[in-house]
Amino acid sequence: MRRAPLIVACVALLLVPAFSPSDFYVNVGTQILIAAIFALSLNLLVGYGGLISLGHAAYLGVSAYLTIWLVTRAGLSHLPAAIAAVALTTAMSAVFGLLSLRATGLGFLMITLALGQILWGLAYRWVSVTGGDNGLSGLRRPHPFGIDFSSPRAFYFLAAAVFACAFVLIAVLVRSTFGAGLQGVRDQPRRMQALGWHVWLVRLLAFVAAGFWGSVAGVLYAYYNQFVSPHVLALTSSAEVLLMVIAGGAGTLLGPVVGAVVVVMLKNVVSAYVTRWVMLLGLVFVAIMVFMPEGLVPGLDRLRRRRLAAGER
Amino acid sequence: MRFWLIQSLNGLALGGLLFLLSSGFSLIFGLMRVANLSHGAYFMLGAYVGLSVLNAGYGFWAAVAAGALSIAVLGAIIERLLLRRLSGRTFSQVLVTLGIAFIIADSSLLIWSGDPMPLPVPRALMGAVPVFGVFFPKYRLAVVGISIVTAVALWALLERTRLGAMIRAGVDDMDMARALGIPVPRLFTAVFCLGSALAGMGGVLGGPILSVYPGLDMDMLPLALIVLILGGPRSVVGAFAASFFVGFVYTFGQALFPQLAYVILFLPMVAALVIRPSGLFGAQTA
Amino acid sequence: MSADALRLSGVSKSFGGVPAVRGVSLAIAEGERRLLLGPNGAGKTTLFNLVTGDIPADAGGIWLFGRDISKMRPDHRVRLGLARTYQVITLFPRNTLAHNIELALLGLSPLRWSPVTLLSRRPELRERALAVLDRVGLRAAADRPLSGTSYGEQRRVEIAMALAQEPRVLLLDEPFAGLSQEERRDVQHQLAAIPRRVTVVMIEHDLDVALSFAERITVLHQAQSLVEGSRAEVVADTRVQEVYLGA
Repeated sequence: MRRAPLIVACVALLLVPAFSPSDFYVNVGTQILIAAIFALSLNLLVGYGGLISLGHAAYLGVSAYLTIWLVTRAGLSHLPAAIAAVALTTAMSAVFGLLSLRATGLGFLMITLALGQILWGLAYRWVSVTGGDNGLSGLRRPHPFGIDFSSPRAFYFLAAAVFACAFVLIAVLVRSTFGAGLQGVRDQPRRMQALGWHVWLVRLLAFVAAGFWGSVAGVLYAYYNQFVSPHVLALTSSAEVLLMVIAGGAGTLLGPVVGAVVVVMLKNVVSAYVTRWVMLLGLVFVAIMVFMPEGLVPGLDRLRRRRLAAGER
Repeated sequence: MRFWLIQSLNGLALGGLLFLLSSGFSLIFGLMRVANLSHGAYFMLGAYVGLSVLNAGYGFWAAVAAGALSIAVLGAIIERLLLRRLSGRTFSQVLVTLGIAFIIADSSLLIWSGDPMPLPVPRALMGAVPVFGVFFPKYRLAVVGISIVTAVALWALLERTRLGAMIRAGVDDMDMARALGIPVPRLFTAVFCLGSALAGMGGVLGGPILSVYPGLDMDMLPLALIVLILGGPRSVVGAFAASFFVGFVYTFGQALFPQLAYVILFLPMVAALVIRPSGLFGAQTA
Repeated sequence: MSADALRLSGVSKSFGGVPAVRGVSLAIAEGERRLLLGPNGAGKTTLFNLVTGDIPADAGGIWLFGRDISKMRPDHRVRLGLARTYQVITLFPRNTLAHNIELALLGLSPLRWSPVTLLSRRPELRERALAVLDRVGLRAAADRPLSGTSYGEQRRVEIAMALAQEPRVLLLDEPFAGLSQEERRDVQHQLAAIPRRVTVVMIEHDLDVALSFAERITVLHQAQSLVEGSRAEVVADTRVQEVYLGA
């Protein structure tokens, strides 16, 4: 199977940060993985479903809040709390999907934005439950089977394992018969309907799948930061993950991962040298939209093919 | 009784500001089909520019003019250099405006630092006047007055001038407008400038009431979206009514249910979108 | 008496006050070859859209083999045996011909809901798609993207997709539009090969081609049904001649 070397390379790449001498880079690696899962989840909607959402932070945020709240305030142990957080957030995504899919295109965008804003407002104001601006803290990382996940390295491996699962399962979904239908619905919804596909339900299921994986990222986020504040639910959060997907290349599997790498690196690494990383992010995004609107992964691939073709002459 | 009166007047003031913010947003969306996600940033930047002009010793009205003009120029540059390049690809344009919002927000943080800063009220409008037995700041009444004047001016522009006729034609049927020989690219630039100018002006005028701070852009943008959805993209009257409706709901919501203020604000919007999704955005696919 | 394949009764639809279809009633027997004629704007495509459920009717009833489908979702109607082609070919240009057919085959299969069944692991699906392409002589182009085929070939793929679902009623909206003489002949052959049991309703402008195909003709004019009858009856009708000469 010709895929084998590529898979080995990817696994190796995945493991590299774990062997970095500096905790800082291990942590950056973890952040990248969490962001990558988050971006992959949004990509199901944006890239494969053709539905641009500006409210996706809702699923990461609510899941993170639920995780921390269930463990620190309700006394649940880690695994049940994580499962409950994911389950409840996924249920919420089903409800939000029902509301949002009353429209497509710009209407859909606005409803997702509005719903995200409502959650942000709630997180900000409902101080008794969410801690308001101060957020929720106090989450300790678990240590099952003698592994102490407070160690950055150990946590990195956990995040990598979850990422690998997410990547594989999402890749399978995208290449499945349902996935083919989802992309068909993205391209020609009326034709798909005329071929017997239940367009609205296909979209709703994609919405829920996106919410599910977003909530998985949220649980990791909660344990990584051991803290959550309303900022995670702000419009800028949703905008950031959308940037990751579009900049990297919506509708590809690697695109969101690359986008996550770019954004997180800008945030953490570049910000050590350049204080204005947000501006840089905006500039990078504008540049990509103007010169490579399909995103980095397809754009670079296009350049590579053109260079190959030119080289052959 | 006092409470209701004060809140109503506050609601009016906020409504007036929202109209200044949203009229430009709705105009741009109505004609160009672009949800200008940097509109909140324009509002905020206008306020910052006004602040600097004031700090340099100039008068309040000079600051307002500077705010409007500077953002108009910025809007013209962005439209001409970026949006026009992406003409026809609405989603790319919308996403570019998002990137620009980020750039403006961070640049503002760099230039003006992160402390919230109220703009000083112009001396002529300081103090309060009695309104139905309650003392209400002159400035806020002036803001309401200015928004009404702007609304009338905008309405007159759209209904009574050639430019307005071209804009309305473009809003109703872009292809037909093009076919009639209307210079669409230049019209887009003009409208984008006008919308931006309104936002910039609104920012300065809002300065004494809202202050200016990092995050003002993302606070204001969703409000402009709500007004667009409730008021529709086609009418000044709709934007006007919706702005004041939102101003009232927000003000009373804040006063009565501070914990649920945001929910109260967005619920009508979600309801409107959920119940009548196609009304605003035309035919849906499938 | 066996149920008509397709029956419409008093179907109406207006767009913003302008009537596109006004009280149209017709009945098509199973296996019939019906032609819908009429000048542009007579309401023919709107009628198709009402039958498939792309748009909801303002009034009137639609029955498919005796079942009331007027309130059914479009994809549900497809599962009852309805298929259609569109005036403008809206297939999947970036996908291969085989993939286009597979999407049609999956549309009626419970597999379409499975997020874990890899498409590549279903060789029988591909085999069926290749068989469908074989019937229109395009098997060799199976792995070519649709955008790399001619308009005529795309039209034949579109019709093949509809037929791949083994429909009981097939609606063809101007299948000959935009085709060259040779392409027209290819499509004619394809239509002639449609099994007898399939009811076919066609909208067409090209009278020669259409008349050779149709058994009964319904002429629509200004949103209403003007005349209906056999080929000979309709051609001889003075009102039809007026409409076509005046149009």
